[in-house]
Amino acid sequence: MAVSSVPFASPAPQLAARERRLALAGAAFAAPAALLLVAILLAPLIVLVLLSVTDYRLGAVAVRFVGLANYAEMFSDPVFRRAIRNTFLYVAFVLPAGVFGGLALAALVHARKRTRSLYEVIYFLPVTSTLVAMATVWQFLLHPSLGPVTPLLAALGFGRLDLLNDPDLALATLALIGLWQLLGFNMVLFLAGLSAVPRDLYEAAALDGAAGAVDRFLRVTWPMLGPTTMFVTITTTISAFKVFDTVVVLTRGGPLGATDTLLYVLYLEGFHYFRTGYAAAMTVVLLAFLCLLSLLQARLIERRVHYA
Amino acid sequence: MRSRAFLASVLSHLVLLIGAVLMLAPFVWMLLTSIRPAEEVFGAVFDPIPSRFAGFENYAQALFASNVPRAMLNGAVVCLGILAVQLATALPAAYALARLRFPGRGVLFGLVLFGLTVPIQVPALPLYLALAKAGLLDTFFALMFPFFLTVFGLFLFRQFFRTYPEEILQAARLDGMGEFEIVWRLAVPAALPAIGAFSVFSIVAHWNDLYWPLIVVTSRERATPPLGILAFRDAETGGNYGALMAGAALITAPLVLAFLVARRGFVRGLTMTGLK
Repeated sequence: MAVSSVPFASPAPQLAARERRLALAGAAFAAPAALLLVAILLAPLIVLVLLSVTDYRLGAVAVRFVGLANYAEMFSDPVFRRAIRNTFLYVAFVLPAGVFGGLALAALVHARKRTRSLYEVIYFLPVTSTLVAMATVWQFLLHPSLGPVTPLLAALGFGRLDLLNDPDLALATLALIGLWQLLGFNMVLFLAGLSAVPRDLYEAAALDGAAGAVDRFLRVTWPMLGPTTMFVTITTTISAFKVFDTVVVLTRGGPLGATDTLLYVLYLEGFHYFRTGYAAAMTVVLLAFLCLLSLLQARLIERRVHYA
Repeated sequence: MRSRAFLASVLSHLVLLIGAVLMLAPFVWMLLTSIRPAEEVFGAVFDPIPSRFAGFENYAQALFASNVPRAMLNGAVVCLGILAVQLATALPAAYALARLRFPGRGVLFGLVLFGLTVPIQVPALPLYLALAKAGLLDTFFALMFPFFLTVFGLFLFRQFFRTYPEEILQAARLDGMGEFEIVWRLAVPAALPAIGAFSVFSIVAHWNDLYWPLIVVTSRERATPPLGILAFRDAETGGNYGALMAGAALITAPLVLAFLVARRGFVRGLTMTGLK
């Protein structure tokens, strides 16, 4: 029974006084968080939208209203278009590999009895580690003359590759590192989903003539994992979309802009070139993208949070 | 049939083992290099096992001749400062959202739901301008301020407090307990599992964060762990990869060790949300 079922205005004066006291307490408890919400979320959002229609640069004396010129510039700006393209390419690789890789790992790990928790720990390790620190390790691993990866690949017949400095390979290399960090996270989500599939469903499917592992998977596991798959798909998309750390540590957008991504370009415009108005417009576009994805996620999160 | 099951089991072990090796390779390489002598890192011939143990000199360089320890201390201060304010503001507000009727409650909760979709990159620009105007850039306050608000915490704790039994609240009120006392002496202790999971989530997120510290921090004295390791790589190692890997190991160690000790709590804290 929730408090909200108690009528707000009560006939008895004693009760009314109590209601008032509770309402006052509620307002007082919520006030600090509400103030923070205004200062950190609402006010900045309003300022952001206003900035996006000006030519403001940090430190500039005069500010001009430029209408939608920043937005127009963005879509004809080759750097921004390249960043969008790279970001989508990155997502297009990490998303399917992350979702199906996570699912495959979960299915394999779920079937293990004694070694299950060992594999869980190993695959989850990259999720807990500091990505910037691990990216410096990757840089060393992939170093063409000092690291072990180049000679290893050469021995396998790939030739001597400099994965991070080759314009054709750099983005894919970042995506693989992103995948390395993300797989364990998705695997754990899928493991939780798999544990929730009732055993007797498999028996019922067997009675219905489902033979073999593939059949069982397609008829029972996959449909039962629907909500989990949806959730993993959206969280993977959002985190791939926000790729930033590895770009800063490993490539700085290079070589030749091959790894310019949305957040990296936004960071440069806003906090290096200080083209504030232009960066604000970019941020609004980014928010539009993320809102679309997160709205889907917000609908799902309610179902995912369990405590009992 | 039995041989087929056996084959499948061998195959699945094989795939999992290869995957595990790939997952662990960077960690192993980091640890091996952190005890490798400098002359060997640049050697033309490669032997995975170091010829002599150079761990002391590498870790000594990372500990005493770099900014890494300072960055780690800053990281702890920032993480704990953020978490303290988050809990102090979000817990009572979430209780109010869940159990008390007050004007503006619906609007506030609507804003919390909206806030779930907004990452730090969105308000970063105006917040940066405001902090610059106030002369607060490159301070601990600047590092922590945007994260004092945790819409995720508000949402999570509200969901939790909604499940708290109404009868206990009524009984406590009849006993003369005020709402303040009810929050901190009844509701919050009952919410400890949720608070623990949230704390893991918050600490991991802010120990590892790069975007915001990169924007507001310019001095060595305010570097956070990611900035510490970046500066170490760019300037301080003098090409000594052994010391750099020792630094990376030091910065990664607290969270990884905590994860190994409290595995379940960690997994729960990090997978409650995809809002990383």
